[in-house]
Amino acid sequence: MSASASHPALTPVKDRAIATRLGRRRRRTDRIARTLSLVATGIGLVFLASILATLFVKGFGALNLSVFTEVTRPPGSDGGLLNAIVGSLIQVALATLVGTPIGMLVGTYLAEYARGSRFGDVVRFVSDILLSAPSILIGLFVYQLLVLPFGGFSGWAGVVALSIIIIPIVVRTTEDMLSLIPNTLREAVIGLGSPKWKMIVLVCWRSAISGIITGILLGIARIAGETAPLLFTSLGNNAWSTDLSQPMPSLPITIYSYAGSPFQDWIELAWAGALLITLAVLLLNIAARSLLRGGK
Amino acid sequence: MSSTTTTATSRPALGAMQARSGAALNEAKVAIRNLDFFYADNKALKGIRLDIPDRQVTGMIGPSGCGKSTLLRVLNRMYSLYPGQRATGEVLLDGQNIISDDMDLNELRSKVGMVFQKPTPFPMTIYENIAFGVRLHEQLSKAQMDERVEWALTRAALWTEAKDRLNSSAMGMSGGQQQRLCIARTIAVRPEVILFDEPTSALDPISTLKIEELIDELKRDFTLVIVTHNMQQAARCADQVAFFYLGELIEVAPALEMFTAPKHAKTQEYITGRFG
Amino acid sequence: MQQATTFPTAAAKPARRGGADLGDAIFSGACHVAGALVLLLLGGIIVELFLGGLPAFRAFGLPFIWSTEWDPVTEVFGAGVSIYGTVVTAVLAIIIAVPVAFGVAFTLTELAPPWLRRPVGTAVELLAAVPSIIYGMWGFFLVAPIMAQYVQPALIDSLGELPGIGVLFQGPPFGTGILTAALILAIMILPFIAATMRDVFEQVPPVFKESAYGLGATTWEVMKGVVLPYTRVSVAGGVMLGLGRALGETMAVTFVIGNANRITTTLFGPGNTIASVVALEFGESETGSLKLSALLALGFILFVLSFIVLATSRYLLRSRLKV
Repeated sequence: MSASASHPALTPVKDRAIATRLGRRRRRTDRIARTLSLVATGIGLVFLASILATLFVKGFGALNLSVFTEVTRPPGSDGGLLNAIVGSLIQVALATLVGTPIGMLVGTYLAEYARGSRFGDVVRFVSDILLSAPSILIGLFVYQLLVLPFGGFSGWAGVVALSIIIIPIVVRTTEDMLSLIPNTLREAVIGLGSPKWKMIVLVCWRSAISGIITGILLGIARIAGETAPLLFTSLGNNAWSTDLSQPMPSLPITIYSYAGSPFQDWIELAWAGALLITLAVLLLNIAARSLLRGGK
Repeated sequence: MSSTTTTATSRPALGAMQARSGAALNEAKVAIRNLDFFYADNKALKGIRLDIPDRQVTGMIGPSGCGKSTLLRVLNRMYSLYPGQRATGEVLLDGQNIISDDMDLNELRSKVGMVFQKPTPFPMTIYENIAFGVRLHEQLSKAQMDERVEWALTRAALWTEAKDRLNSSAMGMSGGQQQRLCIARTIAVRPEVILFDEPTSALDPISTLKIEELIDELKRDFTLVIVTHNMQQAARCADQVAFFYLGELIEVAPALEMFTAPKHAKTQEYITGRFG
Repeated sequence: MQQATTFPTAAAKPARRGGADLGDAIFSGACHVAGALVLLLLGGIIVELFLGGLPAFRAFGLPFIWSTEWDPVTEVFGAGVSIYGTVVTAVLAIIIAVPVAFGVAFTLTELAPPWLRRPVGTAVELLAAVPSIIYGMWGFFLVAPIMAQYVQPALIDSLGELPGIGVLFQGPPFGTGILTAALILAIMILPFIAATMRDVFEQVPPVFKESAYGLGATTWEVMKGVVLPYTRVSVAGGVMLGLGRALGETMAVTFVIGNANRITTTLFGPGNTIASVVALEFGESETGSLKLSALLALGFILFVLSFIVLATSRYLLRSRLKV
């Protein structure tokens, strides 16, 4: 390389003084950045701890047996949350039953039928938008769609709103899990002469099952805490009600109205409900995570 | 990977070795003594003793998992990034033990540069790729930096190809150009030792040839260590060759001696392609 | 023998294939219908919200978007205040959350020892799972009093004295208001942004980081010089995702925003957001009233805002979505 001859010969001896001075400054910057990051992480953990601590202190203080055995009552008359808990369970369970199969079919469509198709890209895009769309808008939509034309607030409307929220969650995990399955497995099954639907149901779904269940659990956790969409659909009900054609109580709505009330015993019940719901959501999340980890 | 079955050395490589065989090995730039290396509880290097001659090329060969890449990553303390990996013994760079805890890693890495198996251009312009490392250790004016960039690119035989596109992204270059950019980036910091970890295994034969020519040219100013799977490459480039097997240094010798008259049976088997 | 076993199978084949074709047709049909249903859902949301808001759009025209009036008695409605509140709280939340989220992601990918990464990462993800109404209660009963007693007075005495930005930090320290809402929102979206950043940082091939370390760079210089440039598009996508969440968040904001239909210069002042107005005023609006229509119109505007932000986010994160 003759070109290098025109340049000064290399002198490996560098200006150590400058390098050392620069090094000190760089190490200081590095230390500051690290420290700030650790502090930021600490702040995040403090928030989580503070939320949990507040919930535990206030929630356990308010928690007693009558919370589970009594229905909601006017302030000062020792009510509980039984109807709200049951209402939530019914609506969440039905919404999961409605939303999960639809979500799985959509996810299966995206992973098994729509690879590379334009229509599939649109469905995937729309599903991802629904996944993050404000849930209050789902509530308004169902209000317009079902509550106004069909004679008022109802448990069914709540179920529909919650199932619209859980669908995109199940779609995302189903598609993700199915696309992890190697194509060689599909080819092996088809090569045995199996029809495509049997390949999907008996082999692909089975291989992806723990991931899909994880998605469903996370979806349940999400809709169990949803409040805004229920405001416009199942509305809430202070009486015992399992009639899905009537307004139906739910834990988040009861918490919302009780927490904003001026009555001390209602506020305490709201804390008890908040603790229950958070525990349920966190347990579902932890269960989902350990399932996924165990499945791997 | 060598495709030869009977002898590892092709005729031109033999010629190159003979041309070099007149010169004896220089005195050691790096002296490795009693080096053990552990991945957690797994001992990956056992009692290594090796001298790396100044301003010459040391080739390290051996089958996958033999420890040659591990040794390379000891020389610039890259392993320190990963908890659970540790080294004991001495690795003396100009007499200073670089694996001691009080070694300044930033300074060490400014003295010992590294080029990786796959080209690793940073997602920035060609110019900035080279300036990135220089700015860490030196304060240069714009003119000085321009000069340094040109110098580094010239030494890496990339200047003519790159001079008109210094401000375009390095990601748009070909694989061979990217690898030479990585070499330019490394020498721009003006290290004393440069480590090459299978630098041509991701490149086509023509790019490989260019890199090998470059290595030959760079040893005028730098001490070079190259890990390779390709024995012809070791024969073409190296002054000294070290053969590793199962974490041990089996044999080290000047290249000609290693490829024509290996002392150990294991070395003989490996360089004639009987395993690996 | 050979013949005997293969013959019946071959004979049965046409019939079985017919069955398989039918099964395939049904299953594939169900999948396609389900896919189309998702499109119908989004289309339905757009159409229903627009139709519901149409009377309000008709009554007030385009000025509905910037009019700051909201008077149920005289039936004059405008979206100006709530759009302002929505955007200001969401942007403030991003300003607060992004640096913290970056710190968390930096810690989780580069700084924390491996045994600590999973528990801390899980804790941050659990923060994302806590329902928003819990954030609302926590904000109302715990954060707002702290803001009123300590944070806001301190800010008034320090930043409030400064010329220029001082007006942002003046006025009575209510505890609730724009700043508190933004703070709660920031805490809510923090885990989303942090998780996205961590995931994209982890996707940077280790050899690129080693190259930078090999030049003598410090951990911070590797992050700033290599990891961030390498991931900046996805990081922006994660920030947009957080912004999308913040825009539409309802319950947490409703508790602490103070609910007042006015635009104040100070960040301590009460305000409202589209979501909080819809949630709070819905119960007091009668079926078929112009007010209800105005609320649905607000919903439509919120939908358009979120759609733009979420679509941008998805576009920026597209490389990450392709596995």
